[in-house]
Amino acid sequence: MKRVGIFIVLLLIANLFLVSCNTNNDAAEPVELILATTTSTFDSGLLADLLPQFEEKHNMTVKVVSLGTGQALELGKNGDADILLVHAKTTELEMVAEGHFVDRHDVMYNDFVIVGPTTDPAMVKGSASVDNALAAIAQQESSFISRGDDSGTHKKEVALWQAASIAPAESWYVSAGAGMGDTLRMADEKESYTLTDRATYLAQREQYDLEILYEGDANLFNQYGVMAVNPDNYPDIQYEAAKVLIDFFISSEGQEAIAGFKPYGDTLFFPNAD
Amino acid sequence: MGGLTQIILLTLYVSGSAVVLAALLGVPAGTWLGLQPKANVRGLTQLIYTLMGLPPVVGGLLIYLLISRKGPLGFMGVLFTPSAMIMAQFLLATPIIIGLTSTSVRAKGTEVVDTLQSLGAENKLILRTIMQESRFGIFAAVIAGFGRVIAEVGAVMMVGGNIENHTRVMTTAIVLEVRQGNFSFALTLGLILLIISFVINAGLYRLQAGGRDE
Repeated sequence: MKRVGIFIVLLLIANLFLVSCNTNNDAAEPVELILATTTSTFDSGLLADLLPQFEEKHNMTVKVVSLGTGQALELGKNGDADILLVHAKTTELEMVAEGHFVDRHDVMYNDFVIVGPTTDPAMVKGSASVDNALAAIAQQESSFISRGDDSGTHKKEVALWQAASIAPAESWYVSAGAGMGDTLRMADEKESYTLTDRATYLAQREQYDLEILYEGDANLFNQYGVMAVNPDNYPDIQYEAAKVLIDFFISSEGQEAIAGFKPYGDTLFFPNAD
Repeated sequence: MGGLTQIILLTLYVSGSAVVLAALLGVPAGTWLGLQPKANVRGLTQLIYTLMGLPPVVGGLLIYLLISRKGPLGFMGVLFTPSAMIMAQFLLATPIIIGLTSTSVRAKGTEVVDTLQSLGAENKLILRTIMQESRFGIFAAVIAGFGRVIAEVGAVMMVGGNIENHTRVMTTAIVLEVRQGNFSFALTLGLILLIISFVINAGLYRLQAGGRDE
């Protein structure tokens, strides 16, 4: 019995070494860079489209960790990522001022849209502004699903309610604490309104009966920025490599690649590096 | 398909290593715990039982704080690597293996100890006999530990980061597919995970049952 046990252990360990060797030998020691980003850039497929050409050219492996913006910023502050691609410009600038990040640049923007059931119970469609659209939802007390996860999208949504001087009531305002895809599914199931980035909505629209009911207000633009973790705080992070990737994002090559990313026929992210 | 194979191998690597390490610590610790007089280890036992219910994401958060660059073990630089995932799953599996081992040892223990001591056996032999006698329960403890870690997602997501080709395992891949709305593929992955669990458990069960026939 004991021998059998030892045998299993050995077998397992042998297996494990095999696996770890496999992963180690894959490439000739490329620089590994950890990019913390939001679910929207990853789930839309943008990074999968952009990064391979960059990785090959510079012999780097970009390890992408996709999270809510809140968690991504926290990871960066702790020095657990090398570079961030997020969309919460006000917070980003604050954190740069506090010395957590350096070399921040605008990269691109996409826009948010208000989606909801095709029946549009609050008659959001045709609203003159995003303020009016939200006011219509609040007045009808139509169910609204919020990301509620401190992500860039959630922060944007909170700012929009504030700008419209509306304090959402718990009776119709649901804080999901979930990613964009989960929130869209919840909105679909519960025939509710929600604020979503266009990319995620377009990527998943065939599965839902949700329709874009309001779009186009300048307040709905969603600025993405890239920035490196401050190497003064963490000397052993991959700052040099992070700079190369930042330069790629804002180069004409990178910007053209972003504009050319059209998985559903339309441009999803509009490059606007300074 | 290559990606899927890698995900499966990594899942087995991470959960397998975590359980082997947890068993190396948990089986002796559980045996020791099971042999102590009940009254002496009441508090410790209750602590272990409580930790058996540690939410995986909390286990993951604890490990994250430990290995974050800011944390006490930050210098190791293991965050977002399979090693970090093994650490987190080790933390989850160990209390289960200790707890269940101690229960089964306690069930057999005192009787065996008394008998052997009256026959004048050495401590070493006593210990060996007890582990031999409790092997079904110990096996069950290890299987339960394995079931817990191969199914959990919160901890490996937190400290592994679900990085493609590096730290993506079955459960985090499933979460990703659900998030992207690919329900049918997510379900397929879930089915594959269940089949893998079944094969492994069937193997362990054969070993366990095989002992009985001897």
